[in-house]
Amino acid sequence: MIARVTVYPRREILDPQGKAIRDALARVGFAGVEDVRAGKSFEIRLGLEDRDLALRQLREMCQRLLANLVVEDYAVEILHAEGGGRP
Amino acid sequence: MKCGVVVFPGSNCDHDVYHVWKHVLQQDATFLWHQDETVKDCDLVVLPGGFAYGDYLRAGALAALSPVMMAVKRHAAAGGLVLGICNGFQVLLEAGLLPGAMRRNASQRFVCADVWLRVERDDLPFTRGLRIGQLLRMPVAHAEGNYEDSPERLDALEAAGLVAFRYTSPAGELDPAWNPNGAARAIAGICNPERNVLGLMPHPERCAEEILGSTDGLAIFSGALATLRDLSPGSPGSPALPAAAVRVEVG
Repeated sequence: MIARVTVYPRREILDPQGKAIRDALARVGFAGVEDVRAGKSFEIRLGLEDRDLALRQLREMCQRLLANLVVEDYAVEILHAEGGGRP
Repeated sequence: MKCGVVVFPGSNCDHDVYHVWKHVLQQDATFLWHQDETVKDCDLVVLPGGFAYGDYLRAGALAALSPVMMAVKRHAAAGGLVLGICNGFQVLLEAGLLPGAMRRNASQRFVCADVWLRVERDDLPFTRGLRIGQLLRMPVAHAEGNYEDSPERLDALEAAGLVAFRYTSPAGELDPAWNPNGAARAIAGICNPERNVLGLMPHPERCAEEILGSTDGLAIFSGALATLRDLSPGSPGSPALPAAAVRVEVG
């Protein structure tokens, strides 16, 4: 099973990196971009069959290591329920 | 008194801290490897600056889970002194020994400069040689020193009096122009409620000798030393402080 974890700055916290990227996008012509949150993405291969167990473990990974909940939020999703190949 | 300086892969201020404790204060010092499972018989543990584990994932995040940090947590829980400087402060935050988190500097740049610090607490083990409102000049060198927490938790931190140092102007006033990283409420250093754990972004070990242009940082270390001596009265093998340290102590 292959999962993707996304970690990004909390909405209420200033994201200087995202702001710099938004400004750069505006400079190259994407004037409609209102906000950018710059985060991280993790592709995680799990040797698990049980989808609920996998989601539970992924959330725990975020809480214990992958995200710093003081300043970051996270999202988890299962990309491929079976197989170990790349998505 | 024995100081253990933790060495993570990527630490780079470890020898500076060792030098201050060993040669400036003339005390026993040793290095603790990140895979050590105890802090040996150290009275003070210092987490030095650098880029522990390459700052992979987040500054301090992987170091916070290393074996030595489990020992540092036990040391802190038993009332032992712990000082985190720069990256060491980031490790303390990620380990949950101090509250809050670091974001990238608001400027998006690595900042390497001398800053002014205002002393907010003079009754911590590390700040007893200082007085409230005293200004210290210390160098900072970091990309993630933008201290952050929720407004409620910041209020609680302030209400509990756990802010030890703030960035100020040379006149000691809060001024965004003199906040090098955008830290919430100009926070440069905080302690835990028990007061035995201190973290700060500036580098006291880089300004602890006249030859470095300033001895403003020495008070942090000599304060810890004086505290440790008080905790073990009559302890043998504690030579008198050298002149520079005594001057800071009484200054």
